[in-house]
Amino acid sequence: MLQSFAILLGFQLGGEVLVRVLHVGIPGPVVGMAMLGVCCIASLKLRRTCEAAAATLLGNLSLLFLPAAVGIVQFLPLIAKQGLVIGAAILGSTALAIAVTALTFRFVVHRMKLENRE
Amino acid sequence: MTDITRLWVYLSASPLLWLFATLAAYVLADRFAKMVGRHPLANPVMVATIPLALLLWSTKTPYTTYFEGAQFVHFMLGPATVALAVPLAAEFKRVRRLAVPILVALFAGSLTAIFSAVGIAWLLGAPHDVLASLAPKSVTTPIAMGIASLIGGLPSLTATIVVVTGILTGVIALPLTRLLRVHDHAAHGFASGLAGHGIGTARAFHDSPIAGTFAGLALALNGLLTAILAPLVMRLF
Repeated sequence: MLQSFAILLGFQLGGEVLVRVLHVGIPGPVVGMAMLGVCCIASLKLRRTCEAAAATLLGNLSLLFLPAAVGIVQFLPLIAKQGLVIGAAILGSTALAIAVTALTFRFVVHRMKLENRE
Repeated sequence: MTDITRLWVYLSASPLLWLFATLAAYVLADRFAKMVGRHPLANPVMVATIPLALLLWSTKTPYTTYFEGAQFVHFMLGPATVALAVPLAAEFKRVRRLAVPILVALFAGSLTAIFSAVGIAWLLGAPHDVLASLAPKSVTTPIAMGIASLIGGLPSLTATIVVVTGILTGVIALPLTRLLRVHDHAAHGFASGLAGHGIGTARAFHDSPIAGTFAGLALALNGLLTAILAPLVMRLF
C-alpha cells in the first residue's frame, strides 16, 4: 500500500517537473497520469503494485472534492448577480453535453458493430 | 473567557478539528448514500458540503482556517488523478477497441459543452466575462481556471461554476442516460467524466468500475481538448 502510494506520488512529481520544464499549460497530475498509464500498460507488475492505493483513492474520490466544494460556498455571492443566467447555462449545457456524448458514443459503437465482442 | 470558549479558540484554529469535520461529514454522507442505494440525488459531495458550510458560517470560521485542516484531503486529488491511469491500463484492450467512438464522442461532447454553455448565457444577455467563465465549465478545476484567465473570464467564478457543474452531473448523469436508453457503462461513464470532470468521475466509480474508468479517460481528454477549443469558440461571441 505504501509502496503503491509512493509510486503515485513519484509520477505526480515527475509530471509537475515536466510541465514546469516544458512550460505547458496542463496540470502536472494529468501528465503524471499519462506517464503512469503508459508504464502500467508496459508492465503488469507495476500495475499490480499500484492497484492497492489506486483502488482506495478512486473508491473515495468524492471525499477529495469536499474542500473545494466547501470553498465555493464563499463564492456563491459572485454567482448571485447573474444567478439565473448562470444557473440556466449550467443546467442546459450539462444535460446537453451528457446526452450528446452518450448518444454519439452509442451511435458510433452501433455503426461500427463494436458491441460486446469480449 | 470561559473554559469552553478557550477550548473552542484552541480547536477551531488547529487543522485537526477541520480535518476531522471533513472526514466525518463525508463518512456520514457516504453512509446515507449507501442507505438509499446510491440514489443520484444523495450525491456525497453535495450532501457533505451542506453541514460543513453551515458549520463554517455559524461559527464565523474563515475558509482559510478551514482549509488548513482540509488541505490534507485536498492534496490527495493529485495522486488520485495519477491513479486514474491504473484502471485505464487494466482496460487498455477495451479502450483501444473503442478508440473511434471515444474520439468522436469526445469531439461532439466537448464542443456541445462549451458552445451550449456560452450560447445559452449569451442568449440570456450575460456579459463577456461571464461567458468566458462558463466556457471551460466541464473540465477539471486547474485546467478550467487556466483557460478562463486566458480568454477573459474570472478564475474564481469559473472554479465555482466547475464545482456546481460537477455536482449537477453526478446527480443527473445516470437518470438522463437511462432516460435516453443508454445502458452501456462505457458510454454512460464517458459522458459523466466529459461533462462533470472529477466529481462526475467519482459518481461513475460508484455506478461501476467500467463507468469510472471511462469517466477518468474522458476527464483527461476533455481537459486537453477544451484548452484548444474554448478560445476558438469564444471568438464567435
